Amino acid sequence: MTEEVTTGGVIYEPGNSAKTKTGGWRTFRPNFIHDKCKKCGICVKFCPEGIIEIKEEGAVADMDYCKGCGICVKVCPFQAIEMEVEKK
Amino acid sequence: MTTRVIEGSQAAAHAVALCKPKVCAMYPITPSTHIPEELSKFVADGKFDTSFIRVESEFAAMSACVGASATGVRAFTATASQGVALMHEVLYAAAGMRLPIVMVVANRALSAPINIWNDHQDTIAERDSGWLQLFCETNQEVVDTIIQAYRIAEDERVLLPVMVNMDGFTLTHTYEKVDIPSQEEVDAFLPEYNPKHAYLDPERPVTQGPFAFPKPYAALRIALNEAVNNSKDVVKEIHDKYAEKFGRRYGNGLIEEYKNDRPISIVAMGSVCGTIKGVVDQRDDVGLLRVRCYRPFPKEEIKKALEGKETVIVFEKNVALGMNSGAMYSEIKDVLYELEKRPKINNVIGGLGGTDVTMQNINNFVDRLKEADGKVELLRGDPNE
Repeated sequence: MTEEVTTGGVIYEPGNSAKTKTGGWRTFRPNFIHDKCKKCGICVKFCPEGIIEIKEEGAVADMDYCKGCGICVKVCPFQAIEMEVEKK
Repeated sequence: MTTRVIEGSQAAAHAVALCKPKVCAMYPITPSTHIPEELSKFVADGKFDTSFIRVESEFAAMSACVGASATGVRAFTATASQGVALMHEVLYAAAGMRLPIVMVVANRALSAPINIWNDHQDTIAERDSGWLQLFCETNQEVVDTIIQAYRIAEDERVLLPVMVNMDGFTLTHTYEKVDIPSQEEVDAFLPEYNPKHAYLDPERPVTQGPFAFPKPYAALRIALNEAVNNSKDVVKEIHDKYAEKFGRRYGNGLIEEYKNDRPISIVAMGSVCGTIKGVVDQRDDVGLLRVRCYRPFPKEEIKKALEGKETVIVFEKNVALGMNSGAMYSEIKDVLYELEKRPKINNVIGGLGGTDVTMQNINNFVDRLKEADGKVELLRGDPNE
């Protein structure tokens, strides 16, 4: 398929970066252990992608955009998140 | 129209002001300095309404032009030598973003050693950037080419930045008679820039110069390559329209042939072509093919102009180090390769770092090389060499 491009690559639709799924860059993925999660929200504040939400069951990440940086694991005071190798 | 005897840089500045760029971002560098100097004087005298940005470097000058052009206004800058080199990264961005910026380059040698005089190394180094490059022979041609350059750059079939190359000192600091068109004449030829493809506007948010993954990147580079190739016809067409209105033409806008019906042809660019024409007038065996439009390279036109020649001598003011020739020599050879009967071809590199190129030099190298094939000579600047 031929790639369709505009003159100079101008993007006429604002806010379209959400359409580019960046989770595929991941080597490691966070595993949220909800039994240990206190729903304190520290991981939500530290996540550089802004993709962690506190839900009924505990912290949940939108894996379409998680790049597996592991910051959430470092900041969690309850060891409720672990990094594991991404299986593709 | 008024006829004036002024310096090349002043003539360039008059032409720029007539094109009414809304932003001029410039950093002075010899031998282009008189251009921003004269333009800032026009601004101070209330004769020229522009945002004149005194930037901190040439990198910033070109970046400001990119920003200005991206908002949809006409932008201008002038520079030379190290200034062109410092702009390198942004030159590629301007072309890739398809921004019709016009820049005058007062061609000058590159360091080291540091040297302020004329040769063509500075813009030859940017030949693959996607900028169109037009080389002028006289100050009158500089005036006419600047006005044409905006119309070429902004043409919807082109949308690319254009360099107007004038030889440092030889043209920039030389007083010549030039006809400066009137504002009404230029306004009638060059309508206001009204971009459709790219302009920043809070009411219509867009992204210009985005990140691109491999496939869209490749597609955009292919589109850029096509645009540069296709601009050739527009350069020619706008040169013709200008000639109709203002009565001055420079060959066909791409190349100029001067008594080029003789067995030997010298191929050259810029002000040295005036000296070569002097030699051509004194002899009956040699003619001149002046390349006015260096990028896009008018291959078909050059091939036609050199077909049937016995000997071609490419004279140029740059060295492609490691290739042991000038850049244009390889390109002319590329063109001649397609001919069934190829002329002999030789290369003379001269005028480096402002060394004079005399009529004696030209006569001598024609005599030395008319029977030779594949010879490359580098001149040291001795007037009788």
